[in-house]
Amino acid sequence: MTDTSLTATAAPRLSRRIDWPGIGFAAFLSLVILVPLLVVAIWAFTEVWRYPSILPQKFGLRFWGATLGRNDVWSALSTSVLLATTVTALSTAICLPAAFAFARLNFPGRNIFFLSFLTVHAFPKFGLYVTIATIFLGLGLVGTFWGVVLIQLVSTLMFMVWIPVAAFQGVDRRLEEAARDVGASPARVFFYITLPQALPAIIAAVLLTFVGTFYETEGAWLIGAPTVRTMPLVMITFINSEVVVQYGAVLSVVLWVPSFILMLFARRFLGPQALGRGLGA
Amino acid sequence: MAKLELRQLSKQFSTTLAVDDVSLTVDDGELVCLLGPSGSGKSTVLRMIGGFELPTAGAVLIDGQDVTRVPPEKRPTGMVFQSHALWSHMTVFGNIAFGLRLRRLPADEIRQRVEAVLELVGLGGYGKRQPNQLSGGQQQRVALARSLVLEPKILLLDEPFASLDQHLRERLREEVRDIQQRVGITTLFVTHGQDEALALADRIVVMRDGKVEQVDRPEVVYREPRTPFVAGFIGQMNLVDGDIRNGRIEAAGMSVATPLADGRAILAVRPEFLELGSATAADAPVAHRVIDYGTHLMVDITVKDNAERLKAMAPANSGWKAGDRLTLRPREVAVYREGVVAHRAVVTPESSPAPVESAHV
Repeated sequence: MTDTSLTATAAPRLSRRIDWPGIGFAAFLSLVILVPLLVVAIWAFTEVWRYPSILPQKFGLRFWGATLGRNDVWSALSTSVLLATTVTALSTAICLPAAFAFARLNFPGRNIFFLSFLTVHAFPKFGLYVTIATIFLGLGLVGTFWGVVLIQLVSTLMFMVWIPVAAFQGVDRRLEEAARDVGASPARVFFYITLPQALPAIIAAVLLTFVGTFYETEGAWLIGAPTVRTMPLVMITFINSEVVVQYGAVLSVVLWVPSFILMLFARRFLGPQALGRGLGA
Repeated sequence: MAKLELRQLSKQFSTTLAVDDVSLTVDDGELVCLLGPSGSGKSTVLRMIGGFELPTAGAVLIDGQDVTRVPPEKRPTGMVFQSHALWSHMTVFGNIAFGLRLRRLPADEIRQRVEAVLELVGLGGYGKRQPNQLSGGQQQRVALARSLVLEPKILLLDEPFASLDQHLRERLREEVRDIQQRVGITTLFVTHGQDEALALADRIVVMRDGKVEQVDRPEVVYREPRTPFVAGFIGQMNLVDGDIRNGRIEAAGMSVATPLADGRAILAVRPEFLELGSATAADAPVAHRVIDYGTHLMVDITVKDNAERLKAMAPANSGWKAGDRLTLRPREVAVYREGVVAHRAVVTPESSPAPVESAHV
């Protein structure tokens, strides 16, 4: 809240001088980030767009009807949402207590365990997945929903442990001592003080996990295909089998919606500093 | 209301003895300052009373009840931290009400008590604010209110004003003293600022390296420091090594009669008790620098080619300048031997010594 009042007072002074490097930088970023997105978005609403013209010859919603009319798209969407929710919930249930333990307890092998979460990301993941897949084959998990859940859990562990650890470590011990001092038991201190203080960073980690899982492809393809079909897998089949660009474009826009909603949601909880604080900055 | 008693408290952190055999009794309604340099163990003593550290040895008693092993949430103590430690995810009201809510008091009573305590600390109507919308001084007052609202038997303040600027510190210090006397709460105050201790305390506990050096009323600690450390830590003090021979101690160009036996000793003179006169001798002490504080001059003196440095306080109109040659006439002195005071004397202007008190330890 102090931030907004600060920028409000600073704004009139800044507007007198035009910040050319800033404008240039913003323009460059917009070009690199927004133009590809814009092209995809335009394609999604296009019926005819032939080479020399800059804008499509004919706009229309024909391909939206065609894409959204397909049963496999809808079942893939519900599979993806269900998968991402399940994985995020499980990951939270496993990782948050672990993160608190890493942040606050001192047990033998603490650092080695902590680093082991990083090693998953230190090697080519596909190799790991193939190894896991052979084990899953023996366990009869290949081609099942829970098989995909398990393999997707692997890649969420790092964010869900490292960010909350930094968040828990960032909570000032004096805040907890002050709560003990006014009569809160250690359990209440955790729920009323420590957790709320660490919450912005934890929410950031949960959102990253949900979005990451929603778009995860390799594991889902290796373990799930062809029975468990997620949105990214449907999109790959579209791109591979159909020459029509619009199917892919429509799906891209559809896939972009959940992460957009989550980001809007996240803005309520996260100031620009929150994620940085969670990452230990 | 409440009496606090520390019995031979000690605390060992791995290899260092942070607190070494500290005993102290604080009477009901008394405000006692723990004063010492950083690392003297004063905060550790406070944290053991609050229940945040477990003593290695000794006991903490509140109203005769042993609370040494009672966790902080069950102790009748309230602590105000140096960093104020307000919970940034709650409003000012929420911060103060938290302890009352844990006690499951009715909402009406909580509101009344929070509003009353906000009035008490001069923040009436600030309940809806977020802690980070307040200034440093206001935040510290909220922290004080958060402790006071629970009506603890013992109030513990851990350098609560250390992060505030000088003016605010002085104002809050007086307010705290006011509130403490109005509420009549037994209070322990940790500080490393001697002026804070002198201004606030009923009694001062001077600590050094985990040990208690002296416990006394402020004026006694200042006028009759028991050890050279206390003498040098509270106020300014000239402490010079000297030699006692034939009933006189000679140190840095000063000579004072003393009944002590011959041998090494430390002569202590406050700057305000070191009277200056003009001298002509080539080897006389020299004014090295003179600082005009308006109300008085502070004269830095070098004796015997820089071997000793002394400070003397002179009247504002005395007109001493750097380079003046001086005679030194101490008016009140103390002689320390083996770390404790051995002899104290007021020297009459005719320079015939008149012992006031003589203590052999």
